[in-house]
Formats: sequence, structure tokens, C-alpha cells
Amino acid sequence: MTMLDRFAATFLDLDVAARYAPEMLAGLLVTLAIGLAVIVTGVGVGLALAVLRAFGFRALDFVLIQIVDILRALPPLVIILIIYFGLPNVGIVIPSFVVLWMSLSAVLAAFSEELFWAGITAIPTGQWLAARASGLGFFQTLRYVILPQAVRIALPPLTSRTISITKNTALGSAIGVNEILGQAISAEAFSANATPLAMAAALYVLLFLPLVIASRSLEHRYRAGRRGWTR
Amino acid sequence: MDALIQEFFNLSIMGRVAPLILRGLGETLLLCAFLVPLGLSGGLGAMLLATSRSRLVRFAAMVSIDFFRSFPPLVLLIFVYSGLPFMGIRVSPVLAIGVAFLLNSSSYYGEVFRAGVLSVPPGQSEAARSTGLSAGQTFLFVVLPQGVRNVLPELLSNTIELVKLTTLASVISAPELLHSADLARSLTYNSSPLVLAAAIYLMLLWPLVRLVRRMERRLVA
Repeated sequence: MTMLDRFAATFLDLDVAARYAPEMLAGLLVTLAIGLAVIVTGVGVGLALAVLRAFGFRALDFVLIQIVDILRALPPLVIILIIYFGLPNVGIVIPSFVVLWMSLSAVLAAFSEELFWAGITAIPTGQWLAARASGLGFFQTLRYVILPQAVRIALPPLTSRTISITKNTALGSAIGVNEILGQAISAEAFSANATPLAMAAALYVLLFLPLVIASRSLEHRYRAGRRGWTR
Repeated sequence: MDALIQEFFNLSIMGRVAPLILRGLGETLLLCAFLVPLGLSGGLGAMLLATSRSRLVRFAAMVSIDFFRSFPPLVLLIFVYSGLPFMGIRVSPVLAIGVAFLLNSSSYYGEVFRAGVLSVPPGQSEAARSTGLSAGQTFLFVVLPQGVRNVLPELLSNTIELVKLTTLASVISAPELLHSADLARSLTYNSSPLVLAAAIYLMLLWPLVRLVRRMERRLVA
């Protein structure tokens, strides 16, 4: 057998692919559902926390910054394992997909709070003053003047951060969530063939490549006109 | 409350497993000492290809960078570690980690380096060339140092991500901090070893996170 034949037999076995297609599809749905849930809660909570910081309560800000920094410093797998193995021993039993969703949402909330806040602080004070002087209230100023601009600024880095955290749904395989990678690992064990892994890889590319390309074009658009060094 | 302390902050268990955990810490540091330089040099290479004068090379480099950024690093790791043996290629855990993380981190570092190098105004290289520096000298002594300085916070935060990534090695049972902690957890049937590991990761990375925060603020100001 040539190297190429061996590669095809190992990673591109069509029989195996057909046999495990339903499982892989189920895994895709789980990854999609958890990924979307993580994005909605993570970005939503992050935005809410950034708005909370706009009020400028010193003590609250201090606590918030510490929690955010801790969540940015801890490896997500460590958070997941502590919640997954620890809580049942103190009598709290939650399904593993909920553990995955909560952990990743917390991490994404921490990162996105930071990015939204950076966006809010990037808006010149004159915007606040002008809006308030024209008779808008604090909330109206925030809602109609500041946030639309801040979100635009935060969007490119937020997109790439969201992608890299949502990809971590694959960590669910370590705690028995039946997402794409988890399904692929068990299918690989049953079939003694690596085709399911190749299918998993293809599914991830299908899911995330459009997002990666979109984030690249977002970054490009916001950086337009600032072209630098060329060879 | 007492049950919580017993489960998560059990000092006597932490004391008992400390030697095991410290050995894990040593292995994690060793892993980082080899993965960070590997990723940085891979990233420099990726950046050189992605800014090549040839359109074809540039396109191929961008496609592969985006390709590897679309994979969860764990998928890449499992693919290399448990897929290749089916082809008859034996891979040790450390080699698998090296290959998988090189592909992943050089794509991310490559993008950061590219953004840095492109942020240097063209006047800099034009001036350097007109003073008689060659293209290579211009890049090495004028463009690269300024480009790297411009993206220092991103480089550092990427490095933090890479250190956090080493925890994935525990999934394929490679020796490192989280693996030792998880082993200790299953031996003691208690989560305190994991909390101890978390504390160690915090001690390593919290100062760096704060440093990134400070650097970003200075760049904005």
C-alpha cells in the first residue's frame, strides 16, 4: 500500500463515514446549540457588566475587575473540571452540558466585558456632554449615543475572541458531553478507524471557517486606510 | 458551608498531594519553555509567508492560517495523537502536543506579527532603504522591532492563551500540572487538588493579565 492509500483507508473510509454520519450530525447539533447559548449569555452578560461599570461605583468596579482578571487567567479546562467534579460531592448535580455552558459563558463574559468597556472609554467625553446637553437622560445617552459607537469599536476583537472561546465547546468531550469531538472519539474507538476524527475536523472547519473569514474582513474594514509597511 | 470547605479547600489533602502537584508544575513550565519559543518562531515564519511579495504564497499562507484558526486546538491534538497511529505512525504525547500546538499557535502569533509589521508606516522602510540598508536589513533592524513593539500587548496575551492551552495535554495523559491535579483528585476523591492547581495557574498568569491591562491602557493614552 502506498502512503496515500494508507492515508485514505485511515481517514477517508466511506463505509465508516456513512455508518457514523447520524452520530456526527447529532454531535454537530449539540455543538451548535451549546455554542449559540454560550455566545448569547457570554456576550449578553459581558455587555451588561460593561454598562454596570459605566455608572462608576468604585467598590463594584474593583470587585468586577478582579473577577474578570481571574476568569481571564484561569485555563477554561480547569474551571470546567472543578465545577464538574466538585459540585456533585457537595450535593449539587448539574448535567455536564450545563457545566460546559456555564464555564464558557463566564469566560466569554469576562473577555467581552473588557472589550465593551474599552469601547465605551474610547468614546470622547464630548459625546456624553453633547447628548446630555441636548436633553437626553443618562440611560438615553448610553443607549442611543454611547453604546452604538462603543459596540462598533469592540466588534472586531470581540468576534475573534468569541470564536476562540466558542471553539472550546470541544472541551466538553473531556466531561462526556456528546458534542462533535466527543462523538468522534467514541466512534473512532468503536470503528477502530480515524475517519470520524476527520469528519469532526471537517465539521469544525465548516462551522468556524466562515466566522474566521468574517472576522478577518471586519478587522480589515475597520483598519482600512491605515496601510503600512510593504515589501 | 463546612461541606464546601471540605470539598474545595481541604488543606490536609492539599498538603498531601503537594509533591505530586509541584512535579506537575515543573512539567508545565518545561512544556511552556518549549512551546512558547516554538510558537513564536512558527509565527514569525507564518508572518513572513503571509506578507510575501508573491500573491500565490500570500494566499496559501492566509488560507492555512485561517484553516488552523478554525480548529479547536483540542481537535488538532486528538487528531495528531490518536489519528496518526491508525496509519502506523507512532506519536509520543509530547511530540503530538508539539505538532498540534505549533500549527495552532503559529497561526495566532503569525496574525499578531502581521498586524504589527503592517502598522509600521511605509516611510520607515523607504527611509531605511534610501540610507543604503538592504531589504533584509531594513526588515530586521527597522520594521520588525517597531512592529513587535506595536503589538506587544497582543503578543503577551497570546502567550497567556498558549500557557492556558497546555492544560489540554492532560486530555492525552501527558504529564503536566492539570494532569497531576486530576490524578490527585481521583486518588483522594476530593476537588481540593484541582483548586490548588487553579491557584497555581492564577499565581503564574494573574500578574501577566494585569500587565497586559496596563500595557493596553498605555497604548490607548
